[in-house]
Amino acid sequence: MLGEGILKGLGETAKNFAGSFVSKERLTTVQYPEERIAPIENTRDFPFLVYDGDDKMAGLRCVACQICEKECPPKCIYIVKSTDKKPDFVGKMQIYPARFDIDISVCMSCQICVEVCPFEAIKMDTEFELSTTDRFGGLLFDRDHLSKSNEHYHKIHPTEAAEVDARLAEEKAKAEAKAKAAAAAAAAKAAGAAAAPPVAPAAKPAPAKEPGA
Amino acid sequence: MSQSSQLWTNLDQIFVLLQHWVESFFPVWLQPAIGTVLGVIAIVAAFPGIFALTTVLERKGLGRMQNRLGPNRVGPLGILQPVADGIKSLTKEDIVPLTADGAVHFLAPVVLVIAVFLGFAVLPVGRNMVLANLDAGLLFFFAIGASTELSIFMAGWSSRNKYSLLGAMRAVAQMISYEVPLLLSSVVVVMITGSLSTVKIVEAQSGFTGIFPHWYVFTPWGFAGFVLFVIAALAETNRSPFDLPEGESELVAGYFTEYSGFKFALFFLGEYLAMLSIAGFAITLFLGGWGAPLSGLSILPSWAWFFAKLFCAIALFIWLRGTLPRLRQDQLMNFAWKFMLPMSLLNLLVAGAWRFFGEGWVRWGVCSAVLLLAYVLLGRVLMRHQHLGARSYRYAD
Amino acid sequence: MIFGLSIVFVLTSILTVAGALAAALLKNLVHCALSLTVTFAGLALLYLQLDAQFAGFSQILVYIGAVAILVVFAILLTRGAGVPEYRNFSSSWLAGLAIAAGVFALLAWAVIKSLPASAASSAAPQVSVQQIGLALMSNYVLPLEIVAVLLTVALIGAVIVAMPESQKSKTESAQGGGK
Repeated sequence: MLGEGILKGLGETAKNFAGSFVSKERLTTVQYPEERIAPIENTRDFPFLVYDGDDKMAGLRCVACQICEKECPPKCIYIVKSTDKKPDFVGKMQIYPARFDIDISVCMSCQICVEVCPFEAIKMDTEFELSTTDRFGGLLFDRDHLSKSNEHYHKIHPTEAAEVDARLAEEKAKAEAKAKAAAAAAAAKAAGAAAAPPVAPAAKPAPAKEPGA
Repeated sequence: MSQSSQLWTNLDQIFVLLQHWVESFFPVWLQPAIGTVLGVIAIVAAFPGIFALTTVLERKGLGRMQNRLGPNRVGPLGILQPVADGIKSLTKEDIVPLTADGAVHFLAPVVLVIAVFLGFAVLPVGRNMVLANLDAGLLFFFAIGASTELSIFMAGWSSRNKYSLLGAMRAVAQMISYEVPLLLSSVVVVMITGSLSTVKIVEAQSGFTGIFPHWYVFTPWGFAGFVLFVIAALAETNRSPFDLPEGESELVAGYFTEYSGFKFALFFLGEYLAMLSIAGFAITLFLGGWGAPLSGLSILPSWAWFFAKLFCAIALFIWLRGTLPRLRQDQLMNFAWKFMLPMSLLNLLVAGAWRFFGEGWVRWGVCSAVLLLAYVLLGRVLMRHQHLGARSYRYAD
Repeated sequence: MIFGLSIVFVLTSILTVAGALAAALLKNLVHCALSLTVTFAGLALLYLQLDAQFAGFSQILVYIGAVAILVVFAILLTRGAGVPEYRNFSSSWLAGLAIAAGVFALLAWAVIKSLPASAASSAAPQVSVQQIGLALMSNYVLPLEIVAVLLTVALIGAVIVAMPESQKSKTESAQGGGK
């Protein structure tokens, strides 16, 4: 029949109109400031620095390797290395960032800094209500502002955080096992060197092995 | 007359009584002038008020049809949105391009609004409630409607802008093409009624057989005429799906492009008032004007029925806008000249045959059959080269 | 009443004549077309003052709604968006003035001759649309049909002139040009 397409279309819009008063499916508007929907896990906005435990400084994972600063496409990260060192999660003494600034008016949320970080120190946050009336410093986040705890990371990205924690625990265990094996080998070497006292070359290979442990 | 029916009659004629009461304060020689002035004030107050309500209803209605809420922040449920829009238009800077034709640019919206307001003068809003009972009322309305095309051309030309010019040319071409079916479909009504006066046309439809009214839309030629009139009316007022001249996604805003602030508000007002007045005429010609749909309900005031029907017509226009995609210029013109014009000419023949056959079932059967057959055949013939079906896509090599 | 004419008539005729003068004297062609529209409107008002409702509204519908649009479209499609400068007065203006004066004298003599002898105005004839229709269909049916045929001929002629060349004639002309 001619014109039946128009009639079918009219029926569809009438269904939409009537249905919008009764069913949620036909009225999908969320009235934003008063109602909000929870973001999905893969939401990302601007980066933040992760710290383990309670102390921002002691647990900070970032070692100021500056890889993220070099890889960032719009160059929004500014890092100044510290002059002293602090122990990291394995126990090794590492330098930390004395300054770590991100200009979020420049940041384009590409996540490249997250992808290249070898220490799982920088991750993407989900906070977007960041409007401010301060034109000159309000959008420049410093290290203190950016440091957020691992619990926060677990809250916003649960599966990712669980995965990262598992990986870090694995690495820690491996490092500890290696350290134990190296200590055992060194102890065995020292015992073997003591058992054959006058042989001078026996002492030489021992220091050569240490750096390789 | 019984007490209650006197009360209902008074309610029906309440505005007329009000007019007489105000006139009684003035000397006799001044009374007709005062009566006319009161009528003009009523039109200027009522129809822009309906326009304001229409804008907010349209936005909310379209929103609901598109699975979203319309404006809902200004006032309860967004009812005061037109007030906010009005304040915005009035306080915006009036920008006129440097090389634009100043006088013509200024006059275009003025001419449009004047022409559209004049059209309301012959609209019978209720029993005894028409501003000017002209013998050639219908001709007056169409003559005034033809003048609006000139203002659109003036707007497009004076802006010195290729988008405006293209939009104006398309709009004028569309309007003159659709005037022919518009006029022909209303000529059918004039033929059967025997008069060009809008008051007489409404009175001819005010009878009842049993409980069914004598509205022209319930006859075969009347129904065809009504459908053709509504389609042509949508095209005349540049309303979706015929809104290519002001296609927001194509021509910026067509012939409105260089207008800002109050002049834009005047164009907007002119367009919507034109839609209201042509809807009013569709109601007058085919839907029985101020008559009630069932004989028992004619006790309610006539002006209430007119405005109820006007509201339904506006709802129909909004519904069509929310449903149909925009027609392309050549599709538009083909539709007007190849489909609507032959159908309206055939409708004239059928109405003549209706009169010729005289009362009875014969004329119903013959007229309906002829119109239906013509519709199907014409549609088939026009569609034979169109291959409509599922579309297939392929990627470029 | 000024000179025995009603004030409305004086104002309307000033409007009409001003529009006509502007249409002849203005430099911008589109302004001239729009002033011509004002003249048409003035004429329609004159018809309405004489109680000729049908003639007045038809004047608006046909002249303003169709002829003015036609003039404006013609300007649009041929001149484009330029603002041409015309010289308003030609070199043979004296001859033109003489001819115009002669025509005006002839028309004025004809109009004055046809006025009724008595100064009292006779009752205006009440011509309703129905009477016009009856007259068109009985006394004037032949001119009506001739006008209809003329309009149809014009429409068909316009379609033929605007129709694109058929393929056959195109290839023929191409071959003829190639040889």
